[in-house]
Amino acid sequence: MTRIEEKFRDLKRARKKAFIAFITAGYPDLKTTQALVKELEKKGVDIIELGVPFSDPLADGPVIQRASEISLRKGTNLHKILQMVKELRCDVKIPLCLMSYYNPIFRFGKDKFFKLASCYGVDGLIIPDLPPEEDKNLLSLSRKNNIDIILFISPTTTKERIKFISHLARGFIYYVSLTGVTGVRERLSSDLIKNLKMIRQITHKPVCVGFGISRPQHLRQIYKIADGAIVGSAIVQKISENLGKRDLVRKIGKFVEDLINT
Amino acid sequence: MSLPDKTGHFNGFGGRYVPETLIYALDELTQEYEKAKRDKSFRQELDYYLRNYAGRPTPLYLAKNLSNYLGKARIYLKREDLLHTGAHKINNTLGQIILAKRMKKTRIIAETGAGQHGVATATVAAMFGLKCDIYMGAVDMERQKINVFRMKLLGARVIPVHSGSKTLKDALTEALRDWVTNVRNTHYIIGSVAGPHPYPAMVRDFQAIIGKETKQQIKELENRLPDYLVACVGGGSNAMGLFYPFFKNREVKFIGVEAAGEGLSSNRHAATLVKGSIGVLHGSKSKLLQDKFGQVNIAHSIAAGLDYPGVGPEHTYYQKIGRAKYVAVTDKEALEGFKLLSITEGIIPALEPAHAIFYLKKLVPKVKKNSIIIVCLSGRGDKDVHIVSEFMRL
Repeated sequence: MTRIEEKFRDLKRARKKAFIAFITAGYPDLKTTQALVKELEKKGVDIIELGVPFSDPLADGPVIQRASEISLRKGTNLHKILQMVKELRCDVKIPLCLMSYYNPIFRFGKDKFFKLASCYGVDGLIIPDLPPEEDKNLLSLSRKNNIDIILFISPTTTKERIKFISHLARGFIYYVSLTGVTGVRERLSSDLIKNLKMIRQITHKPVCVGFGISRPQHLRQIYKIADGAIVGSAIVQKISENLGKRDLVRKIGKFVEDLINT
Repeated sequence: MSLPDKTGHFNGFGGRYVPETLIYALDELTQEYEKAKRDKSFRQELDYYLRNYAGRPTPLYLAKNLSNYLGKARIYLKREDLLHTGAHKINNTLGQIILAKRMKKTRIIAETGAGQHGVATATVAAMFGLKCDIYMGAVDMERQKINVFRMKLLGARVIPVHSGSKTLKDALTEALRDWVTNVRNTHYIIGSVAGPHPYPAMVRDFQAIIGKETKQQIKELENRLPDYLVACVGGGSNAMGLFYPFFKNREVKFIGVEAAGEGLSSNRHAATLVKGSIGVLHGSKSKLLQDKFGQVNIAHSIAAGLDYPGVGPEHTYYQKIGRAKYVAVTDKEALEGFKLLSITEGIIPALEPAHAIFYLKKLVPKVKKNSIIIVCLSGRGDKDVHIVSEFMRL
């Protein structure tokens, strides 16, 4: 059983839902990212997604785009992020996932990537621009190295594809709450509940909802029907607002704690 | 076997590296396109507009003065510059807008670099009465002001893109973001043989009219096939359009001319096939300009239409199997080509095909006597006159 599977098993037993936090690795710098991961674990985050910055993040809205740009300018790369995970693993116990566009991993070398990622303690991998049929080799490498490949289902995914994707998905299924890019939204999409109900009928794997989730009432709505929620841009936005402040890490911790406790 | 295969790959290149949300739209487009291809009424409608609206067929013109000046070879120009809107781009936008109508989409989006594809898209959107938004890098908007004005005049909204290098690459990324968001009512008209499947194959097929006409015309004029086909390559649509119908004629050599910008060793160039490496950008696997961490480099060329760090996957395939040769020509040399064609033939080319024109100076001395060389003159130079005037004293 992988660390992510254990996490969902434990949450289910405790009748709890997963709070998954996304932050861009290396924003504003890797040292801060490291401190943030520890703080978020302390505040009760269940799983952390670390965004690998990419020059052309086509699934991301302005908040994460800007964070990625700054992170890249600071010299962040996949190698350094893997090193950071290795160091973090000394004290961090919760599952850590990498969210990366395909090209940085392809360029790094898939074999080398999975070997290092698995050895350094990465638990899951999310690739927003990779439909599963496009790289079967990557899927089998992830299985071999015990890294959960987390796949997307979106509001436009057909029933046939939902079956196909949920069959291949590991860890949890990432349901995209809306047609669009990442970023804070006022309210959730109206067909969310209906779509999630349909997915529920097709698969028993855990389903978590991301994209646009930023408010306590969003979480309450999602927790009613899904196994967890993913909050990204709202946290990264908060980091942006507190750049340069000495208590940035504490402030982000407080922000996330308030969200979790709703 | 004809390529791409069912999954949209050219021997491993191409494919669909896109967010899940777009898969349904790409499936829908593939199905609709396959259906349309076999549908006589679609072909008739497209043919009607290509003839009566765009101005096809375009002449295959023997450039006598240029041939005499360079010696040895007979040089023909495929005059795509004479088309409505001034470039080959309209061949593709007409095809795609008719498809969009068939799919009952109410809104069109497109990316543009030099503005030629943007203008060609805004033009057909105006004619077919669809709402149209064009994404354009802020840097490109500055250097192609006239085309920005033309698009607005045609009723399109031009949305400036301020992220990244503020050029074509970023306009494409931003257009893809728009499409992910508005996928249900919007059709995205990609302007080159790039992007996820089915775009590389579909745009190639719409542009293949260039090569089909050329083949027929050269047979009539010379009673034989040409020895060389030469075309500039940014994303690669005019080159693929010219090359593709000759693919099986092994005796016809293909030469794609990329932009070497300020020089291949300067890091300020757009020579993706000559200097790039395999990677994934904008939905397909092909060659691209990238650093060792897989971050995409900023391309540079004096020609906004070549200023792109990626290239269509079928070109990467042609290069790999040795079917086409790819070379690069600098900004300075392109300006020389620009001047050369203007002076010898009275034709002011766009800066993009000016790269191909200049390459003739290198190619002709090496060919056999009486060789036939066909250059795709993909667009006219009106849009570039103000840029060139900054570099040239007359």
